[in-house]
Amino acid sequence: MAAFFRWLSGKFVVIAGLLTLAYLLLPNVVVTVFSFNKPKGRFNYAWQDFSLDAWKDPCGVADMCGSLSLSLQIAAWATIGATVLGTMIAFALVRYRFRARGAVSSLIFLPMAMPEVVMAASLLTLFLNMGAQLGFWTILIAHIMFCLSFVVTAVKARVMSMDPRLEQAAQDLYAGPVQTFVRVTLPIAAPGIAAGALLAFALSFDDFIITNFNAGSTVTFPMFVWGSAQRGTPVQINVIGTAMFLVAVVLVLGGMIVSKRRNKQSA
Amino acid sequence: MSPPRAPEGAPPFLPSTSLDPTMTSAQEHGGDVRLTGISKTYGSFTAVRPLDLTVPQGSFFALLGASGCGKTTTLRMIAGLEEPSSGTVHLGEQDVTALPPYKRPVNTVFQSYALFPHLDIFENVAFGLRRRGIKSVKGQVGEMLDLVQLGEQARKKPHQLSGGQQQRVAVARALINHPKVLLLDEPLGALDLKLRRQMQLELKRIQTEVGITFIHVTHDQEEAMTMADQVAVMNAGRVEQLGAPADLYENPRTTFVANFLGTSNFIAAEIAGRSGDDLTLKAGDGKLTLPAERCTAPTTTGGKVILGVRPEKISLTHADDAGQIPEGRNRITGRIADSSFIGVSTQYVVHSPVCDAFEVYAQNIERDTRLVPGVDVVLHWNPAHTFGLDAAQDIEAGVEKVEEDASA
Repeated sequence: MAAFFRWLSGKFVVIAGLLTLAYLLLPNVVVTVFSFNKPKGRFNYAWQDFSLDAWKDPCGVADMCGSLSLSLQIAAWATIGATVLGTMIAFALVRYRFRARGAVSSLIFLPMAMPEVVMAASLLTLFLNMGAQLGFWTILIAHIMFCLSFVVTAVKARVMSMDPRLEQAAQDLYAGPVQTFVRVTLPIAAPGIAAGALLAFALSFDDFIITNFNAGSTVTFPMFVWGSAQRGTPVQINVIGTAMFLVAVVLVLGGMIVSKRRNKQSA
Repeated sequence: MSPPRAPEGAPPFLPSTSLDPTMTSAQEHGGDVRLTGISKTYGSFTAVRPLDLTVPQGSFFALLGASGCGKTTTLRMIAGLEEPSSGTVHLGEQDVTALPPYKRPVNTVFQSYALFPHLDIFENVAFGLRRRGIKSVKGQVGEMLDLVQLGEQARKKPHQLSGGQQQRVAVARALINHPKVLLLDEPLGALDLKLRRQMQLELKRIQTEVGITFIHVTHDQEEAMTMADQVAVMNAGRVEQLGAPADLYENPRTTFVANFLGTSNFIAAEIAGRSGDDLTLKAGDGKLTLPAERCTAPTTTGGKVILGVRPEKISLTHADDAGQIPEGRNRITGRIADSSFIGVSTQYVVHSPVCDAFEVYAQNIERDTRLVPGVDVVLHWNPAHTFGLDAAQDIEAGVEKVEEDASA
């Protein structure tokens, strides 16, 4: 018994880690398993039979792939918009001293702190008062707005830790302002910018609350899932979910392999 | 194109601050760095007071001073990274004052190196060539990496190298551009002592090999003296004294220089008279001799001077043997307060009526074992090693900060 406890205390960190990982991944496992289900009736909540039907026909549900494509488009544009604007804001906040810099710096965090429903409702009020047509553009504007603060935070951290002498060294080595930015500043800030962009994409893609308020008659993928949950949950939703998860895993693994190979090459 | 050096055979105590005139042909001046009335102020703070400085082409020049004395600011103004508040910078005949750093034929080795972390060693070194549109960089980069003995490391990233290797990459990255001037901003500050010594020799070797003007900023007086042909000692935004290392050491013109480069003993004295080329000084009850040409203070009789002598120039003799000391040497009496054996030499602190802590370094050859704390001694030295300074200055100027704090 004592030996068991000694073994347990030695492996405690590993066991705790594995349990946490299982806790994190369990929902994904359920989603994946049920994407191979052949449910009786409209709801995919009880395991019946193994089937590849949904995987063979992922767009078999009316309007689902349309909403998916819309969500991907919005997420892509929101990512580009928020990343470009956020990167510029981050550089301005770190590099320049201007009036109200402190105020801007804290106001940028407001969208992160404010309850999403409140923000969604106020945005709707704003759009209606401006007489804007609710739809793709209002969704995009709203998404860029709330993604901005995350991009700024990620990029700012990176730019702050950057040695200003690197840019001076580039200038000293005959790189003009543009060359310095493209060859030195941007590549060094890239990890921060990439992190911000990924965060923006993920946040935009699965946002429901703000989108639901400001979409008008447009239906994004999260809204479609929410809507269909009232009437029945097609297996294809699980297929899309699993596919997204796989894409993410493949991207992460690919990134790890590339960086590992690069290190090995230079070692 | 040999860099102008202090004539090595010459007696070190000769007061010669200018360079050998035979070396100054017009051609050799074609690549001089010339600073004229250059200054830098930040708001109300003056970092560099208007100064004129000429660095001869091909020389290894050191800007030496404590932190905050304006040496790095001066260097950055030459590089173009700092805009002077007044004055001009000339490289040879070209006025580069208004040129941005990327248009100046000058390269810098930064403090902590500033290697590009996202590029490997090869690309770091090739950076300057590529920015100038040179396509085939492979041969040149290879040669340069061989010069700094890093040919094997070309594909590593900077963080995979040791401090000394990174430092050499920084030098290679700057030198490959064949700048007119290489600026070094405390390049050895981050290295440990042993490596620093090694790199000092290495840098000196490279400089001799490529013949480019090196301007080296440092706060380490030993580093400056080891490497440089010419040293400008800076203090509070101005150049305190300029000269060859041996010249600065033997003929300091201010107490700051005397204290900042090595250690000096000072005696407050009064000029009693003059005999030939020598001044006779009165200090306490004793008389001391000072060659008139080694006195930077006014030499009128009755004037006050600070008399200085380096600790290693002084001989210690037990008071019982005082009769054996040859005539014509400066002598003062005292009592040993402290002695510490440090291998090559023994360092004594002697209390004397004219100076309460006289430092004496004695080589450990034929040591007199009677010389222990509490013993009365006579200190004596060749008058030619004495220097005289203006009495109207702080004797403590340039003493290392730690000691200042301790005495405060």
